[in-house]
Amino acid sequence: MARRLSSVGELEALRQELLQNRSRASKPVIAICHGTGCQAYGCRKVADAFRAEISRLGVEGMVEIRATGCHGFCERGPVAVIQPGDIFYQRIAPRDVGEILDKVFSGGVVERLLYRDPVTGEAVTKYHDIPFYKRQLRLIFGGNGEIDPTSIEDYIAIGGYTALSRALFRMSPDEIVEEIKRSGLRGRGGGGFLTGIKWESCRKAPGEIKYVIVNADEGDPGAYMDRSLLEGNPHSVLEGLIIGAYAIGAHEGYIYVRHEYPLAVRNAGIAIEQARELGLLGNNILGSGFDFDVRITKGGGAFVCGESTALMASLEGRIGEPRAKYVHTVEKGLWDRPTNLNNVDTWANVPLIINKGADWYRTIGTENSKGTKIFSLVGKVNNTGLVEVPMGITLREIIFDIGGGIKGGKKFKAVQTGGPSGGCLPESLLDLPVDFDELTKVGSMMGSGGMIVMDETTCMVDVAKYFLTFLEEESCGKCVPCREGIKRMKQILADITEGRGQDGDLELLERISDTLVDSSLCALGGTAPNPVLTTIRYFREEYEAHIKYKRCPAGVCKALIHYYIVDEKCPGCGLCVKACPQGAITFMGKKKPVVLDESKCIKCGACYDVCKLGAIGVR
Amino acid sequence: MVKLTIDGRQITAERGQTILQVATNNGIEIPTLCHHEAVEPYGACRLCIVEVFRNGRSRIVASCLYPVEEGIEVKTNSPRVLNNRKMLLELLLAKCSRNPVVRDLAAEMGVSSSFVRQEYLEDLDCIVCGLCVRVCEQIVGVSAISMVSRGVNKHPAPPFHEPAVDCIGCGSCYYVCPTGAIKMEDKGDTRIIHNWKVELKLKKCSLCGNYWAPEKQLEYIAKKWNLPEGFFDVCPNCR
Repeated sequence: MARRLSSVGELEALRQELLQNRSRASKPVIAICHGTGCQAYGCRKVADAFRAEISRLGVEGMVEIRATGCHGFCERGPVAVIQPGDIFYQRIAPRDVGEILDKVFSGGVVERLLYRDPVTGEAVTKYHDIPFYKRQLRLIFGGNGEIDPTSIEDYIAIGGYTALSRALFRMSPDEIVEEIKRSGLRGRGGGGFLTGIKWESCRKAPGEIKYVIVNADEGDPGAYMDRSLLEGNPHSVLEGLIIGAYAIGAHEGYIYVRHEYPLAVRNAGIAIEQARELGLLGNNILGSGFDFDVRITKGGGAFVCGESTALMASLEGRIGEPRAKYVHTVEKGLWDRPTNLNNVDTWANVPLIINKGADWYRTIGTENSKGTKIFSLVGKVNNTGLVEVPMGITLREIIFDIGGGIKGGKKFKAVQTGGPSGGCLPESLLDLPVDFDELTKVGSMMGSGGMIVMDETTCMVDVAKYFLTFLEEESCGKCVPCREGIKRMKQILADITEGRGQDGDLELLERISDTLVDSSLCALGGTAPNPVLTTIRYFREEYEAHIKYKRCPAGVCKALIHYYIVDEKCPGCGLCVKACPQGAITFMGKKKPVVLDESKCIKCGACYDVCKLGAIGVR
Repeated sequence: MVKLTIDGRQITAERGQTILQVATNNGIEIPTLCHHEAVEPYGACRLCIVEVFRNGRSRIVASCLYPVEEGIEVKTNSPRVLNNRKMLLELLLAKCSRNPVVRDLAAEMGVSSSFVRQEYLEDLDCIVCGLCVRVCEQIVGVSAISMVSRGVNKHPAPPFHEPAVDCIGCGSCYYVCPTGAIKMEDKGDTRIIHNWKVELKLKKCSLCGNYWAPEKQLEYIAKKWNLPEGFFDVCPNCR
């Protein structure tokens, strides 16, 4: 197609043309998730099988196979939604495609591929009736499942770039800034700073040349919402960015994305190319006289490069080290010029606010946290995946209603929000409404939206050690408190988990934490103590068990646990004997319990994992 | 001009100056390790932290980087500052447990030992302040070394840990290092900088016969300032 659009009228004409063509064709669509999770499950083979079957049946042109972005329900992948009908199929294998196509043409559903309620066993046909989706409000993420991210026509067909036309032709830059301010949108990358205020400061900052940046350097363990958004709906981010650039007065923009996200890099690149071809990027966008273009920069994968000043240093080609922000980046950012950086999710909120208005947007969320937030719900929860919920929803609703509760019928123990520098919250806080301020109040934070659920088999001291190990590796190493402090805190935690804990260790951890919070150069060091402080605050008795009684109540810390054979439960099947790499377990004959030689045991837990009868005990 | 108070003293300062500059100009001492007036402030050692009060709220900032603002009240020795500074010194002491500079500075602050257990104490000299790298880049202009790796592994090094090919042997890194972590020696006609695996020939003075500067450094200067050939044949003492 590639015809340059030189006015809003031409954009609307294209949209009408696309919609008419689509309604005339009126063919069913099989929207197969091609997010990273489903790709790992083999969705491409499923899509290939569909194409092969369609060609075998000679029904090309009668059904569309659409490779969409992430649908969010990664636990059940590969997933697909059939339109019309909103029929949701999960765990699809290539062998299922014939049956699915048959039902697409003849009507009806393939029962065995439907989602089943784990409690009632009842099948659910339509995707929005599935509890995982039902409680969500997918304003930002909804488009992902509907469009092919490599097709700008798909995006335009669902109303894409209407916000841009509105912003360019019916709003002044000041009005846009005002609208964003009034919406109450706060930065989704972690800081939670008011986006409109940031834009206003950058707009007012003196300087001819200004920049806008998309921060797609998502690096929290287990978090992948920015990735999925950029992979699945890159135009929504791009549209927000162009609007922001216009409001701020920037003509150059950058998408900083880590190189470990090849699909996000590819799809964002395709989106930029397509937008350029249509005249939605480049000179004189839609005939408005506004010029703006974007480049993608790939990051090397350092966690700290998600910090705005480190990101800008990296973008400039220097070492990704943060610098002090006493002079804000909106005044002196990239190449010392006024720069407005926002997270992927923040930019994707912009078209929504411009289209529907700040007043509408303000109705969603809580007093001081407006709109929705995408969380990556992972860990020991039944329905792992990406969930978009209105601010103010409780942790319980997210974990139990949407997440379907804890895996394997185990007991909930803690949820870690806000990434490695967030906090671990206990069961007593499950009814906490999730928003920026509430999470901060209890010692955690929103962060970029990672949410790791832990069950009773998790040791909280070990968890704190894990996060500090991550942060120790990912600290840039520039300032003393972060580099040396995290290292020493981790050392103390390692001592505790290995039975060398001492009285006073907790007070010492708190004292080091104070200095990290106060005197670190950037937020990485400033928030690094959160996992330690929250676990001490909410799970103090677990620390004390390790320190005073040299016991790990969760049975995780190897130096503090012993495996033993529960004789009355052991049928002498010998599975553990085979699993033991040390030959520490001896087979004593059928129907006789095995014998474990503790002096040979290295506490690897292989026997424990392999025994389904509970005959291996931990104390 | 900007009016502020530091430790109770009313001070007028120029806009754009840092708290550390203003304090130093007014005879108020703030400890530093990674700071050197010849290079851009970096904010790595954090020893220069001070407490800044504004609008009834206070926060800890690095005075080497914080630009003075109208009406702020600065405390260089508040209990909060001292607690932080002591902890920072304990952390440095654990890393450089025998380094005299770190030990003396710690002792001045009343810190004689670190909380870190004996078996974990390290005996290093480098505090990773980056002064060597910064002076090589900003003053000498050759960038023969750089900070490499991150986190606890961060350290200054030549590219790929090979001998520093761009090093001119000027020794600025050696002179500027606050903790004596850079080992340099002149042996006969050779200058050796052990940290960067560099050995450079020294120039012999045509009059006194003393070896007085690395040939590579003199070539670098001669080229940079477009000096005539033979300009450095004689050492400064004989000139």
